[in-house]
Amino acid sequence: MTRQESLRSVWRIITMARKETLQIVRDPSSILIAFVLPLLLLFMFGFGISLDANTVRIGVVVEDARPDARSLAQSFQASRYFDVTLAFDRRAVEEELVAGRLRGIVVIPSDFTERLRRQNPSAVQIITDGSQPNTAQFVANYARGVYAVWQDKYLRDEGRNPPPSIESQPRFWFNAELTSRYNLVPGSTAVVMTIIGTLLTALVIAREWERGTMEAVLATPISRIELLLSKIAPYFALGMGSLILCAVAAVFIFGVPFRGSVFALGVVAAAFLLPALGQGLLISAVTKNQFVASQLALFTGFLPATLLSGFVFEISSMPELIRVITMFIPARYFVTSLQTLFLAGDTWILLLPAIRNMVAVGVLFLTLTYFATPKRID
Amino acid sequence: MWRRIYSLIIKELLAIWRDPKGRMTLIIPPILQLVIFAFAMTMEVKNADIAVVNLDNGYWGSEIEAQITAAAPFDDVYRLESVGQIRETIDAQRAIAVVHIGQDFSRQIGAGEPANIQIILDGRKSNSAQIVNGYLTNTIARVSTQAYGGPIVEPLRVRNWFNPNLEYNWFTVPGLIATITLLTTIIVTALSVARERELGTFDQLLVSPMRPLEIVVGKAAPGMIFGYIHGSFFIFMAAVIFKIPFSGSLLLLYASMFFYLLAVIGIGLFISAISATQQQAILGAFVFASPAILLSGFMSPVENMPNWMQTLTLINPLRHFLVIAQGIYLKGLPALEVARNTAPLILIAAVTLPAAAWLFRKKST
Amino acid sequence: MQNDPFICIDNVTKRFEPDAPPALDAINGEIATGHITGLVGPDGAGKTTLIRLMTGLSRPDEGRVLINGKDATRSHKDLHRMIGYMPQKFGLYEDLTVQENLGIYANLKGLPAADRQAAFDELLEFTDLAQFTGRLAGALSGGMKQKLGLACALLKRPRLLLLDEPSVGVDPISRRELWRMVQALVDETMAVVWSTAYLDEAEHCDHVLLLSEGRLLFAGPPADLTRRVDGRVFLAKPPASKRRAILSRLLSENLARDAIIHGDAIRILTKDETSMVGVTPPPAIVEVTGVLEPVPSRFEDAFVDVLGGGPQGRSLLADAMTIHADDGKPAVEARGLTKRYGDFTAASDISFSIKRGEIFGLLGPNGAGKSTTFKMLCGLLTPSEGEGRVAGFDLRTATADARGRLGYMAQKFALYGELSVAQNLAFFAGVYGLGKKRAQHRIETMLDVFELTQYRKVSAKTLPLGFKQRLALAAALLHEPDVLFLDEPTSGVDPITRREFWSHINALTAQNVAVLVTTHFMEEAEYCDRINLIYRGQTIAEGTPDELRNAIRRPEVEAPTMEDAFIELVRRSDTQEAA
Repeated sequence: MTRQESLRSVWRIITMARKETLQIVRDPSSILIAFVLPLLLLFMFGFGISLDANTVRIGVVVEDARPDARSLAQSFQASRYFDVTLAFDRRAVEEELVAGRLRGIVVIPSDFTERLRRQNPSAVQIITDGSQPNTAQFVANYARGVYAVWQDKYLRDEGRNPPPSIESQPRFWFNAELTSRYNLVPGSTAVVMTIIGTLLTALVIAREWERGTMEAVLATPISRIELLLSKIAPYFALGMGSLILCAVAAVFIFGVPFRGSVFALGVVAAAFLLPALGQGLLISAVTKNQFVASQLALFTGFLPATLLSGFVFEISSMPELIRVITMFIPARYFVTSLQTLFLAGDTWILLLPAIRNMVAVGVLFLTLTYFATPKRID
Repeated sequence: MWRRIYSLIIKELLAIWRDPKGRMTLIIPPILQLVIFAFAMTMEVKNADIAVVNLDNGYWGSEIEAQITAAAPFDDVYRLESVGQIRETIDAQRAIAVVHIGQDFSRQIGAGEPANIQIILDGRKSNSAQIVNGYLTNTIARVSTQAYGGPIVEPLRVRNWFNPNLEYNWFTVPGLIATITLLTTIIVTALSVARERELGTFDQLLVSPMRPLEIVVGKAAPGMIFGYIHGSFFIFMAAVIFKIPFSGSLLLLYASMFFYLLAVIGIGLFISAISATQQQAILGAFVFASPAILLSGFMSPVENMPNWMQTLTLINPLRHFLVIAQGIYLKGLPALEVARNTAPLILIAAVTLPAAAWLFRKKST
Repeated sequence: MQNDPFICIDNVTKRFEPDAPPALDAINGEIATGHITGLVGPDGAGKTTLIRLMTGLSRPDEGRVLINGKDATRSHKDLHRMIGYMPQKFGLYEDLTVQENLGIYANLKGLPAADRQAAFDELLEFTDLAQFTGRLAGALSGGMKQKLGLACALLKRPRLLLLDEPSVGVDPISRRELWRMVQALVDETMAVVWSTAYLDEAEHCDHVLLLSEGRLLFAGPPADLTRRVDGRVFLAKPPASKRRAILSRLLSENLARDAIIHGDAIRILTKDETSMVGVTPPPAIVEVTGVLEPVPSRFEDAFVDVLGGGPQGRSLLADAMTIHADDGKPAVEARGLTKRYGDFTAASDISFSIKRGEIFGLLGPNGAGKSTTFKMLCGLLTPSEGEGRVAGFDLRTATADARGRLGYMAQKFALYGELSVAQNLAFFAGVYGLGKKRAQHRIETMLDVFELTQYRKVSAKTLPLGFKQRLALAAALLHEPDVLFLDEPTSGVDPITRREFWSHINALTAQNVAVLVTTHFMEEAEYCDRINLIYRGQTIAEGTPDELRNAIRRPEVEAPTMEDAFIELVRRSDTQEAA
């Protein structure tokens, strides 16, 4: 290639990239997908989804009116994890449990005080709403904690030393308070960038086919590589823009700490956009139709990024087959990297393999796209 | 009038079914959802990787190790040689938790002194870390009672009603009946008018003797029919494949599903009435469906949301029907409670359906 | 060099589906520089496919296309450096401005920066778009889009200019302007390929390739084809009341090769054997029609001849419809219909009335206000002022059953493509509330009348274009309406199909059905009894086709066409406005 030719080539890429940018800015549906939808999702994940069972509504049935039983009931009331409805008859709260207005019941039976004296403490009964397994586990665990603290204090007050035991001392690194928002908000950034990289890219290019502009462009001296590069550049920039938006919102609105470096964040995001854009380009090259492209992008991009990336549901708990599938979902690596960057820091020992995997999937998608991008119309 | 509606319904069904794209939207998403949702959506912890640093040479240290290895949710238990390896193990997510047993652990127990074990957990996965911590703490507590010769009694008797072993499937699968019908119905109805607009046949319908109300009924029926078909398919799968117990009234479930579908159809037709193309309709359906699913109580409990958002979820049909579906399946939800949760659905339908009918004419240009 | 054609189409065949007939079937042809080559044929003839082969964007299954001696599919890069291609819909980015569109194509084609401004200035002036550079392409009128598309294709002066249906959806004035522009450009260094479904455009080309259903019917100067039917074309001018009856006799008794309504007259193409007599009309025809006046032949006459003549026999539709009583009241009435959107008036004070048994045309370019008027009459739009009545009802407020009096055939034959022919008909029968027995009977009748029986179970979308149109008409007539609305009923179809269609419509008028036709297509206007010419939301003329033509007759325009009339009337309206 002569110098002049390569100059022209670069100029063609810049031209198409600029055009793409102008179109995004002027098309309301692009704005909807690029800016409104991401914010909506970010807010839903930030505010709407919370796995911190910090105020579970439970009922405490006190069938024993003596002081020890009352003191235990008060301990439950004082706990910040529970929102307690006191009752003296089981039946009233049981109905509430069925209706789903309570998630658990603590029953302090009428012979509580006797059993306590006889050191046969398994008198207290915890009933959980098993139809919500996650909440049920928290109810059981928190109730155990409340009881253990109460028992300790009771024994001391009685002047008895509690029997020696092995004490577990859990330390939750990176997120001592276990605030679920701290890992959901960074994780949702991956979903947002998938929407822009895959859904928007697929739609916009499919639209060029539908409107016949692709045909006119293909009849000019532009080459396939130039065409692909000119499509990648603006969406890459847009994806990076949304990353900044999400990161700023995460730190300043949702109060998520950021312990990594901006540099590492940029590198990781760039590595992720490669497969995300590749997937979008591939979809549009194959379908050439906005309707099919949007469905494919939702089912192969958005859904996996939300459900199979490990940001809400643990990948290691999934069946073998799905675990294998997740290896090809770039969002999986991105979610882990983001959570690490926000909460832990520049842990390159984790980031580097993640980057490698994302780039690998990206190269795979882009190669497929190159061959799927037609030089011809039929 | 009924003949006109009947013709429209037959036509709608044929138009969806004879179109390969239409068939695809009806068959593929439910299967994908069955696979992804039912198997992948779990908050349980299985196959978690754990690491142990055991600096104790005595009996109790290895007993702890053995008990952890035997515990159900743990896949691999790595042995680390030194405390220095802990950071790397957690950082690189080789293990979600590291159990650190100190040097004179067994000696302390032998001497009847209290001993302690440090558990370092990866807070980046807050939910799993918490559950793993629960398992580890219980295991350690068991060893503790053995070690100090106390009676082996749980201080509390825990009973999980409705789902004794806390099977996560029992939660997801009934919920799926609600979400799957939402997605099917919203897509079928959202596309119905938009498709005709794009093809130019909608004007033809409007100049025919059909009244807007008749069009609404005709357009609503396919969503209702496919919603029931998909719903029934999942009810069947729930019984046969997932073996979810069914403790309530099937009749009540089907009856309340009618109003649920009606509410969703109202929203779908509303989306359809305001979209000019099928692509807009799909995006509209998506913009409605994703918050509806995320903020329904399916992904995380409604009561964990801020108050203003809890109020907002009242207009989400899925939120109400989720309570009904899960309630009827596992809790045998009584009729009064079903009715209480059905009322808002009727209200949503009563607003959205007439609004859609009005928009059909309004938006025709 | 002079003898070597610029483009050589060498035995080209192209198929899209293995079982269907090929889109192009062993086409041979040559295209030379220095003039406009028309690629002529109805929709589905293979015009677009052939143009795409010339761009190298599509590859033939057999044969090859040589451009300047090189295979189009091989020398991709070189080819794209020298062509200017305007696809259907003009290939413009509608959300970008005029200037931005030009800029994109200039860069893509590698126009040197130094030449850019000069090229832009020249093209903008040439296309008269200089004052609109900041406007979004999507906000331009059809004619302006077309010019901009042309300007983009002309950047860096191509050696081969490919224009795919540049005149679709464009008003006649812009069409002529475009034609003049392209003609001004052509010289010995440039070849122009212009595809069109309009046969009157074909007449102006220097050279045409006439395609029909993938086959090449004729290649050469259009006059060569037209000359074949010289001396066989006549006009008969029977009284208006008898015109349609005479036409159907000519066809049903198989007297002429082709006969159509042409304004106030019947245009007749005689059979081959009579042609040797020269300009003497065959007595068998004269007996039916009275005096025949010889007229110059046209490309369309020749095309119909090549296709084997117009449809013979009579429409069975006449027997299939009950005769509606004529109560003497107008069937359709528009009184001062006006529609405003904010500052913009889409239709202003439009009034007309249609008698029973009359075919009435609303004629005007796209965006003139035809559809707005049409929709107000149907009850799809609420008028800002005025009112419309159909069969005595205001459809905006009338009961649903009143709407059953109207038959409606939407543009582009809007049918349910996924449904079979029988299912489509069953649906419309149901929607119009036909009882089960009657529905069955009517569906069978319609299948019979429109010869659709063999396609009964075929999905509507896979029907050939002509049959789609028949099905659409059948669906609109199932319930025997007394008023029929047709929206651009025959644009893009071949002349034979168009004749068939109008023979059905003619049959309807005998049953006192009133027909309203909207069209931007001049040839369609000739079939109407009366025409209302709409331009910029206003009626600028009303009358019979001949009255409109006569209104502009001057010594220098001896035999004005409908298009001439249209252009002249619009010009007069413009000058009036300016005054």
